[in-house]
Amino acid sequence: MFCIRACSGLVGCRTATRVRSLHSLPGITVAQIDEEVAKLLQLKAQLGGDDGKHQFVLKTAKGTRDYNPKQMAIREKVFNTIIGCFKRHGAETIDTPVFELKETLTGKYGEDSKLIYDLKDQGGELLSLRYDLTVPFARYLAMNKITNIKRYHIAKVYRRDNPAMTRGRYREFYQCDFDIAGQYDAMIPDAECLKIVHEILSELDLGDFRIKVNDRRILDGMFAVCGVPDDKFRTICSTVDKLDKLPWEEVKKEMVNEKGLSEEAADQIGEYVSMQGGMDLAERLLQDQKMSQSKQACAGLSDIKLLFSYLQLFQVTDKVVFDLSLARGLDYYTGIIYEAVLTQAGVAPVTTDAQNGAPSEESVSVGSVAGGGRYDGLVGMFDPKGRKVPCVGVSIGIERVFSIMEQKAEASAEKVRTTEVQVMVASAQKNLLEEKLKLITELWNAGIKAEVMYKKNPKLLSQLQHCEESGIPLVAILGEQELKDGVVKLRVVATREEVQLIHNTHTVSLITVSTKV
Amino acid sequence: MNMLGMFCIRACSGLVGCRTATRVRSLHSLPGITVAQIDEEVAKLLQLKAQLGGDDGKHQFVLKTAKGTRDYNPKQMAIREKVFNTIIGCFKRHGAETIDTPVFELKETLTGKYGEDSKLIYDLKDQGGELLSLRYDLTVPFARYLAMNKITNIKRYHIAKVYRRDNPAMTRGRYREFYQCDFDIAGQYDAMIPDAECLKIVHEILSELDLGDFRIKVNDRRILDGMFAVCGVPDDKFRTICSTVDKLDKLPWEEVKKEMVNEKGLSEEAADQIGEYVSMQGGMDLAERLLQDQKMSQSKQACAGLSDIKLLFSYLQLFQVTDKVVFDLSLARGLDYYTGIIYEAVLTQAGVAPVTTDAQNGAPSEESVSVGSVAGGGRYDGKCRVWASALASRGSSPSWSRKPRHIG
Repeated sequence: MFCIRACSGLVGCRTATRVRSLHSLPGITVAQIDEEVAKLLQLKAQLGGDDGKHQFVLKTAKGTRDYNPKQMAIREKVFNTIIGCFKRHGAETIDTPVFELKETLTGKYGEDSKLIYDLKDQGGELLSLRYDLTVPFARYLAMNKITNIKRYHIAKVYRRDNPAMTRGRYREFYQCDFDIAGQYDAMIPDAECLKIVHEILSELDLGDFRIKVNDRRILDGMFAVCGVPDDKFRTICSTVDKLDKLPWEEVKKEMVNEKGLSEEAADQIGEYVSMQGGMDLAERLLQDQKMSQSKQACAGLSDIKLLFSYLQLFQVTDKVVFDLSLARGLDYYTGIIYEAVLTQAGVAPVTTDAQNGAPSEESVSVGSVAGGGRYDGLVGMFDPKGRKVPCVGVSIGIERVFSIMEQKAEASAEKVRTTEVQVMVASAQKNLLEEKLKLITELWNAGIKAEVMYKKNPKLLSQLQHCEESGIPLVAILGEQELKDGVVKLRVVATREEVQLIHNTHTVSLITVSTKV
Repeated sequence: MNMLGMFCIRACSGLVGCRTATRVRSLHSLPGITVAQIDEEVAKLLQLKAQLGGDDGKHQFVLKTAKGTRDYNPKQMAIREKVFNTIIGCFKRHGAETIDTPVFELKETLTGKYGEDSKLIYDLKDQGGELLSLRYDLTVPFARYLAMNKITNIKRYHIAKVYRRDNPAMTRGRYREFYQCDFDIAGQYDAMIPDAECLKIVHEILSELDLGDFRIKVNDRRILDGMFAVCGVPDDKFRTICSTVDKLDKLPWEEVKKEMVNEKGLSEEAADQIGEYVSMQGGMDLAERLLQDQKMSQSKQACAGLSDIKLLFSYLQLFQVTDKVVFDLSLARGLDYYTGIIYEAVLTQAGVAPVTTDAQNGAPSEESVSVGSVAGGGRYDGKCRVWASALASRGSSPSWSRKPRHIG
């Protein structure tokens, strides 16, 4: 220490005493390093940071994009529909920070951990951007010792996907999660989740859809009775999962050639995974000689039966199918699993792959718009006492929905409005700004959405053009003669029909009525 | 590099026998130290930290949010939703569109835009790709969006979270992740009409939110600069005197005058003259009076500002909001990039103003915002020059007049 102070004296710098040869002190703590780093970074900032480079970079980060007003208008409609449905079912909402302590995310995503965005160590806590909304949810529950909650959470998540390999995939994208946490009687909340998916997809009007349902215990039981060795369960499962993209022959080939499964076992699996149905299928399988040998499978099958009985009461069985080939990302699912797919082809970009709220281990077939299931063990991982909070939930593939809605909007003749202005306040001659501002103030004060041009003397034609471009339905035209007569002309922009309103206290209420038409 | 300094440290390290000691250079004592050298040293320290196990290799059940951030529980979300609905409803009533931008920008985009506050920017780790940083405000992303899309006219609002690595020790309760709610009108228009509409919007929002009585203080940079000039303030002291005047919302005049004279080296005469002006408040009448004022009228700049204030108030009258708007010559907020009118809305009822509002109301921390302040903004044409020149080199030269409106 003495030496350094002496040196500083020699070079005459005030700040030198701050340097302690940290590296050479045994027992240096992380806190001391943090302090030193903070000082150095402050010095760097004083020096001007990045060598004072002042570039004008006109692009967004790779894998991210701005939302323009049109896209925002579409987005708002979609959110309103979805949130309206969640609220109809009594859900609350929460929000969590965009970054978590790195430790919180560590060990939760397996191999996908390499896709997590870390924040730079700037001398404080180590942070990472959230990768999904499920882990933050589990942390929130454990932190607040919550055992029961029905919540939705719509927010952006971040994954460092490699665009070269997965064209068009975004690194920043929305997830829309709905979860029911708590110990409840079997299958009632699970059925409600499916009712919600059905409602949302119907209201969004994306075309016909199917919701495939299966159960982890049925899959595991099926593998067992087909002779799959325990240690191959997971790997065989991810092969089965490819059935939504590949034909059975290819899937069988992978099982036998790559995963070392016997051809006999593969064939047995083949018989089962081609089965689809409803409650009847579950019944049949419970009687199935082989399948019934697995207690696990039977438990799953009984729950499927129960589920369908509730789905019948919820009037949604028309679109729900019990499908034994459904095997989506079984890492943390412990019971029922489901996936909603659009049945109309042609609107499925590659981007949907693994971005529908599912970790990329869960491969989601093209056309998939929602997925979820029951996961009873996750929250327990966060609780110091390992207290279990059973959860069932669904994640809506909202980016996929946006994309479809945007395409629909492109294709349709109707323009998407980016503003909600109902009335344009315009003038036919010069020197009418004062009158326009008076009128528009009355309109605003009455809650009517109105606009006026920021020009003292705009041409009528420009004002009308603005109405057409923005889709403003009505224009209130002030003119010298009309002012003398005490009237205001209200014109329907599309048809040019005009109505003369007496400009008095009733003008505003009349305009209010017109805007509702 | 001072060899003697280097040698000494190595000798010390030798004495204590640590391998890593050679890495320490007494950076602080080296004149002409470069950013690159600092980066290198920081990298080594961080590597050492990682070796020590980062957070001591603890694998605990981490049940906390990052420092300076918090969850919103359902109750808070319900309140938040109501507030957003009110505010957005008002923006929509005035025909605004909305946009959204990514949570992080290329580091270069944010570089050089925030002066000393740059140290508060969250950087993302260099994981082998582009260097990224979390957005610090919504204004720079807005400017980038406009330039990228060659947009010259837009009326937009943007409500989103921004990130600042404030030091909680110094500013108790300040969040590092917090919402900003911006409304801006960009484009070349006839004077003061959009400016007046901004104030109408502030008035509507604050009335609807029912936060109690409020006032919107209005001033103009040109009037302030003109005032300083005619009071005999040397040009090079404008900025520093301005930030002293800005303290009038927190300190009494005597203290502010003391700082001007004792700390900033202003003559007592000049300070007294300033004191006379900055105590003035009023409406259109005050602007009229000052245009006739013998001293003030000597400044062309001030007169331009005063004429605009008159025009503004004529529109505010038509908008029926003059009851809450006051032309206040002591308002001097964030004059760094404002070029014309500036305004700030304050709640007049005390007791509901946590320290957290300080510099988090969308204003860079240089703009000190008084306790009770709920909104602020102004006209800034100069900042856009930076972007305009970039566009000019591509063959287009838009004339900009924009204003940021920040509601905290």
